[in-house]
Amino acid sequence: MKKYILDLTVRETVAVGKQAVLLRLTADGQLPEMLPGQFVEVRVDQTPTVMLRRPISIHYYNKEDNELGLLVQLVGDGTRWMATLKAGDTVNLVLPLGNGFTLPADASVRPLLVGGGVGVAPLLYLGMKLREMGFTPTFLLGSRTENELMQIAEFEKVGRVFITTENGAVGEQGYVTQHSVLAKEQFDQVYTCGPKPMMVAVARWAKGAGVACEVSLENKMACGVGACLCCVEDTKEGNVCVCKEGPVFSIDKLSWQI
Amino acid sequence: MADLRTSIGKLELANPVMTASGTFGYGTEFADFVDLDKLGGVIVKGTTLHHREGNPYPRMAETPSGMLNAVGLQNKGVDYFCEHIYPTIKDYKTRMIVNVSGSAVEDYVATAERINVLENIPAIELNISCPNVKQGGMAFGVTAKGAAEVVGAVRKAYDKTLIVKLSPNVTDITEIARAAEGAGADSVSLINTLLGMAIDAERRRPVLSTVTGGMSGPAVKPIALRMVWQVAKAVSIPVVGLGGITNATDAIEFLLAGASAIEVGTANFMDPAVTGKIVDGINDYLDRHGFASVRDIIGALEI
Repeated sequence: MKKYILDLTVRETVAVGKQAVLLRLTADGQLPEMLPGQFVEVRVDQTPTVMLRRPISIHYYNKEDNELGLLVQLVGDGTRWMATLKAGDTVNLVLPLGNGFTLPADASVRPLLVGGGVGVAPLLYLGMKLREMGFTPTFLLGSRTENELMQIAEFEKVGRVFITTENGAVGEQGYVTQHSVLAKEQFDQVYTCGPKPMMVAVARWAKGAGVACEVSLENKMACGVGACLCCVEDTKEGNVCVCKEGPVFSIDKLSWQI
Repeated sequence: MADLRTSIGKLELANPVMTASGTFGYGTEFADFVDLDKLGGVIVKGTTLHHREGNPYPRMAETPSGMLNAVGLQNKGVDYFCEHIYPTIKDYKTRMIVNVSGSAVEDYVATAERINVLENIPAIELNISCPNVKQGGMAFGVTAKGAAEVVGAVRKAYDKTLIVKLSPNVTDITEIARAAEGAGADSVSLINTLLGMAIDAERRRPVLSTVTGGMSGPAVKPIALRMVWQVAKAVSIPVVGLGGITNATDAIEFLLAGASAIEVGTANFMDPAVTGKIVDGINDYLDRHGFASVRDIIGALEI
């Protein structure tokens, strides 16, 4: 897919809990096609402490409204700068980058989308695409407490939502892999994004259950286009760039101990 | 429109803007953003005799106005380059230059020999300065004797333009530059990355898997500029300047300091289209100051 460097306009910056914002972006012309699981690199070099672009996954792309949504967790100076953007401000993005999730070819596939923390971000767009294709996506979303749950109402518009929190405040208590829905129902394809220990646990469960599983990785990146070889993941084919060969990988390709 | 043509020895460039090895892939990764034929040259990823997996992740740490990398020369080896990559890049008008790395003199020579026969690769950049692998060339690049040994051996096997990339991690870079010149280099390029380190205080661990790594980005520019100025005075072969160049003004500073051409590296990560803008910006500067040719400003620093 052709990649673009675009100045986008901020429609709105919406606080999502205390630790994240939703950036609603648009362009003068039509935004290019983007696939679920792809990401953008946002230019944030406004202070000397920040030089590199920040890779952010595509939370949604609404073609009719010509709107790109980015769910951004406030981690450091770069993401905090992004949170200060106001309606009408301009922000420079490189997009779309990487490869997306593999969409099921068989209409009978029952997809399960498992997210943790800000890792839920790409699953919304994936769910929207799956629903558009006629699938019924099931979301299983986990977090430490109720405070880190994000965009639940948006996910509920797209599919069924199950929740776990480690403190038990919302949904079932425990980790996503302990949720009762996994024992009660059958799934044919798992997609997951979140903290690495969670993804490893999900991958282990999927492998044990004999279900195909794709994970979206977020290794630290510089170039975003497969040139600098900084963001590599150890796979069965050796070190490969997450930005170019991923960020989505089938668990069968990774060297994870699962 | 000023005349932007420059040369590195017998190698003629359409303009002085090239890309630094390891920051621009094989050029094709950036073809959506920049017309590669608009550039003077593309210096492709470091190539070694054999396939190398590079260092384990994590390989990168961002630092104030810069970054550290510890990639460790990951590449599929020179034979893979010749068979699979060369055919995809050979028809660009821009000068495609291969960065050659190694850990033994005979490896450098064997790699250079294989690239020597590729018709549309008019030059190599001999990397005797990679800080990220054991015997990754930096062992050669930190002594005049080591530099002369590897440059002399490659010179015998390679008859096109030989650029030698120098390490800044030395006491006196002019001494290494003179040794490379004496051993037959057509040009020296500098600086490679500065050896640095980053620590994650919360975890009480180094950020990089290799503990230390090579620093690049705008933060290193004053050091690079100083070294280019010193080396340009010390040798009579052309100098290629790099280190923290982010815009046309930076590039012009290196030209004024004595560089015949420049390389843009880390800035490609900030703005993937920056190289084309630098070409335009140099032209604007020349027009604005009434210079007919970029050659008029090479080494034109007034002191």
